Amino acid sequence: MKKVIFIITSILFVSSGFAQQCKSILTGTVIDYHDKTPLVGATVQSLDGSIVVKSNDNGNFKVKGLCDITYTFEISHPECSTTLLNVEINGDTNIDIKLEHHLEELEEVKVIGSSVKQTNSAQEISLDTETIELYSSATLGDALNEIAGVSSLNTGANIVKPVIHGLNGSRVLMLNNGVRMQDMEWGDEHAPNIDLNSAGSVSVIKGASALQYGGDAIGGVIVLGQARFPKIDSLYGKTILNGVSNGRGGSLSSELIRTYKNGLFLKGQASYKRLGDREAPDYVLSNTGIQEIGASIALGKNLLEWGWNFNYSYYNAELAILRSSHIGNIDDLIRSINSGEPLFIRPYTYNIQNPRQKVEHHLAKIGFYKRFEGLGRLNVQYDFQSNNRFEFDVRRGESDDRQSLDLELTTHTLSTDFKWDANKTFEVRAGLMFRYQNNFADPATGIRRLIPDYDKYDLGSFITSEFKINDVVTLDAGLRYDFSKINAKKFYQTSRWEERGYDIDFQNLVIEDLGNQLLVNPVFDYHNFSGAVGVQYRKNNFSILRANYSLSQRAPNPAELFSDGLHQSAARIELGDLRLNSETSHKFSLSKEREYTRWGYTIEPYVNFVSDFMLLEPTGVEFTIRGAFPVWSYRQTQARLLGADLNIYTQFFENWKTNHSFSIVKGKDMTNDTALINIPSANIKNSLSFTKPEWKKLELRLTSDYVFRQNEVPDNFTVFSPEQQEEILLEINTAPKAYHLLGLYSKVAFNVGNGNTLTTSLAVNNLLDTRFRNYLNRQRFFADDLGRNIILQLKFNY
Amino acid sequence: MKTIKSQLLKMKTMKTTKLLTLFALGGVLLSSCSDDDENPDVVNEEETITTIIVTLSGGMNGDVILQSQDLDGDGPNPPVITATSDSLEGNTTYTGSIEFLNETESPAEDITEEVEEEDDEHQVIYSSTGSIGSITTTDVDRDGNPLGLNFELSTNTAGSASLTVTLRHEPTKPNDGTLTGAGGETDATATFNILITN
Repeated sequence: MKKVIFIITSILFVSSGFAQQCKSILTGTVIDYHDKTPLVGATVQSLDGSIVVKSNDNGNFKVKGLCDITYTFEISHPECSTTLLNVEINGDTNIDIKLEHHLEELEEVKVIGSSVKQTNSAQEISLDTETIELYSSATLGDALNEIAGVSSLNTGANIVKPVIHGLNGSRVLMLNNGVRMQDMEWGDEHAPNIDLNSAGSVSVIKGASALQYGGDAIGGVIVLGQARFPKIDSLYGKTILNGVSNGRGGSLSSELIRTYKNGLFLKGQASYKRLGDREAPDYVLSNTGIQEIGASIALGKNLLEWGWNFNYSYYNAELAILRSSHIGNIDDLIRSINSGEPLFIRPYTYNIQNPRQKVEHHLAKIGFYKRFEGLGRLNVQYDFQSNNRFEFDVRRGESDDRQSLDLELTTHTLSTDFKWDANKTFEVRAGLMFRYQNNFADPATGIRRLIPDYDKYDLGSFITSEFKINDVVTLDAGLRYDFSKINAKKFYQTSRWEERGYDIDFQNLVIEDLGNQLLVNPVFDYHNFSGAVGVQYRKNNFSILRANYSLSQRAPNPAELFSDGLHQSAARIELGDLRLNSETSHKFSLSKEREYTRWGYTIEPYVNFVSDFMLLEPTGVEFTIRGAFPVWSYRQTQARLLGADLNIYTQFFENWKTNHSFSIVKGKDMTNDTALINIPSANIKNSLSFTKPEWKKLELRLTSDYVFRQNEVPDNFTVFSPEQQEEILLEINTAPKAYHLLGLYSKVAFNVGNGNTLTTSLAVNNLLDTRFRNYLNRQRFFADDLGRNIILQLKFNY
Repeated sequence: MKTIKSQLLKMKTMKTTKLLTLFALGGVLLSSCSDDDENPDVVNEEETITTIIVTLSGGMNGDVILQSQDLDGDGPNPPVITATSDSLEGNTTYTGSIEFLNETESPAEDITEEVEEEDDEHQVIYSSTGSIGSITTTDVDRDGNPLGLNFELSTNTAGSASLTVTLRHEPTKPNDGTLTGAGGETDATATFNILITN
């Protein structure tokens, strides 16, 4: 093994020598920074090009006839980032040159736009830059819908919540630039507060195996990252302009990146989107416009040994909610379901009226890393998030301009981890996380708080490891422990407190009695353990088998614990439960990837057993002066989710490619032997594409999406309709019919000089203007989904 | 040489530890700043309608007042229905009026005034079964469409009957006077069971 020498020390000990003529000799070794193995075939070249040598099989090189001056050498290697090095020659000199030759860096460089694998054995997939750009005028959830096994829970077209393997909300963890999003993911009608245009890469881990991010991702993890900034002096960027026919608007997104040879980088990005009412094939979907603003800056320095970065991102959206979905009581709901047409169809407008949401998210992060030679890498990160949510309902009089819900969620997180990656066969990572969160519900709304004021404290710790047994088998294992404490102050109606039986179980929590309302102070602790173990068998690059088991636990979120009251737009009374405890998931997954010369496939079956699974479902009816309302309560049960995702591609003819994917998930409530609510329907996606790079990078694609009817739904139930004075079957769980949508996409790119390119693309979604409703769209009771949508995109790279 | 290197490493580790401690301190400070022990302010629902009062006058035995009251709003308790008399006289025309109150506030807030101020966005719809003959609204909104705060109710011969009143917000106007035709959303509703006597 070669002696390891610092560059500084090497300069120090070669201080002797008096030669004035140019006959000094420089010898050295080029080695891998991480595991100290010699690098073969590295080029050492002087800046003027007069000296060029290559390292031999032992990584050694030798340059003769040098003067005693300072030379600048460029050291390059096909699998490493090129570095510049100043060498002061003082007689015969010896130096060791360390290059960053590392697997994860390699993958990042090779596969531009897609990100590094986050896990070894879990089912994981990334979206390429092209797909991210394709959905530039849509939402993150829409883009993720491209992935087999990922679907979405929608409220209209603007609010799109990702669903992974049948699970959503708090069970799907969202990482934005290494920061876990804290944006009230608990509500069905709360979309992630992320501008897709700010992401350089998006990857999805189906399951909870990425323990470094959290132990409660029973559904999965979505990781949004930045493309890597090169260590060169450069200024580049892109601008994307979209015209959208359905919504009669568009979006503009622009970014500019400045990088420096010394590792400094600076990126600025901003986007704006504005759409008016959307349209179904037969009518205007009144009040479905959107205005969205996103902006972000990133700056930092990435060096081999250390680096820092700062990120700030801002997101602001105003979203109109379909007017017809704002209904009064159960009779209104029956009327909506039976009529099959929206109750409100107004002339087309760009105005965003009530009901609507206004959300604002600030995210700031500062991070620092340091590599310890032959040991590993230390990361330290602090992030701050502020999330503000206003919801406006249709109200009487002056209150119409006043929000019905006003929540302010503030989160501070400090996290650190250390990765021991010096050993080629064994890698360990351990970390700690502290989080403090405060929620403030403004009483100025004049409406009782749906979510109370609370303080929440989290402490997390994890250790994960990866062990490379040989060239084909890699094992991984990890453990995580999370502690969380929630301290809330909430007003309950005395009648509700008693009806729930809290006066027997929780009377000690009451701190103030106001007669018809009680102020209570619940303080709950949760201890959660999670773990994962898996194996990857990589026979060669064309055949990979992965198996993974993960255990995860999730504490109830504030909505599950505390929500209590009338959800006006949903015509239901939602009741949380103070008695809920953490749910525990055991998920087993397999993934088989096989590539042949002309085709390939991936098949991913899984099963997820969740005990104490928290679910919200209709449990009865309550009468108020506004009429009858179904009561939706949280309960816990044994659940089982069973599913599989399949992907096939073929390339039998030159320039032609086909893609086929199928995914299915079955959710079952094992305790009651019934179907789980809100489980995505099975679907088949097919596409046929033709690409001809010589013809201005021409790309043509025809897509077909077939969505089956969800036949496994919970039973409907009967309610007493005061209007009709009889028991009526409320078909609230009946799923809409199957549907088939076609789409077209075409793209050409033009060189416009100076290395700048202009890419134009035209996409047509729902080509045949098909009427359809989706089971996982909460507005399916009220209106059809979007009709034909033509999107013209201009992309300018500079 | 080795010692120099390890010292360097040590120094760097110390630096990082310091930095880490600083970060941790910062986090603690930030969290303790926003910590407060004050109790949140109570919210009393301002727009809730708790009470519907229907007054029917013109009978021989004086006014009949029908009331539906739900003091816990969207709480679990159902509305309580009371009446000064459970019967109306047959073959009689009553002059009716309706009032909406929010009794969670003290003194009770009169929501009827708000309805009058926005009369084009509201309508009270009446429907009946059994021995009630007809119900006709006698007032109009600013656009000349029926409003329904005042009405006339005529009874048939003896028998049982029910009267349903519904306040609709943002109904389609004009409409055919039925709930289905009016659309909009229900702000308050009550059904009263009445006995029509001879």
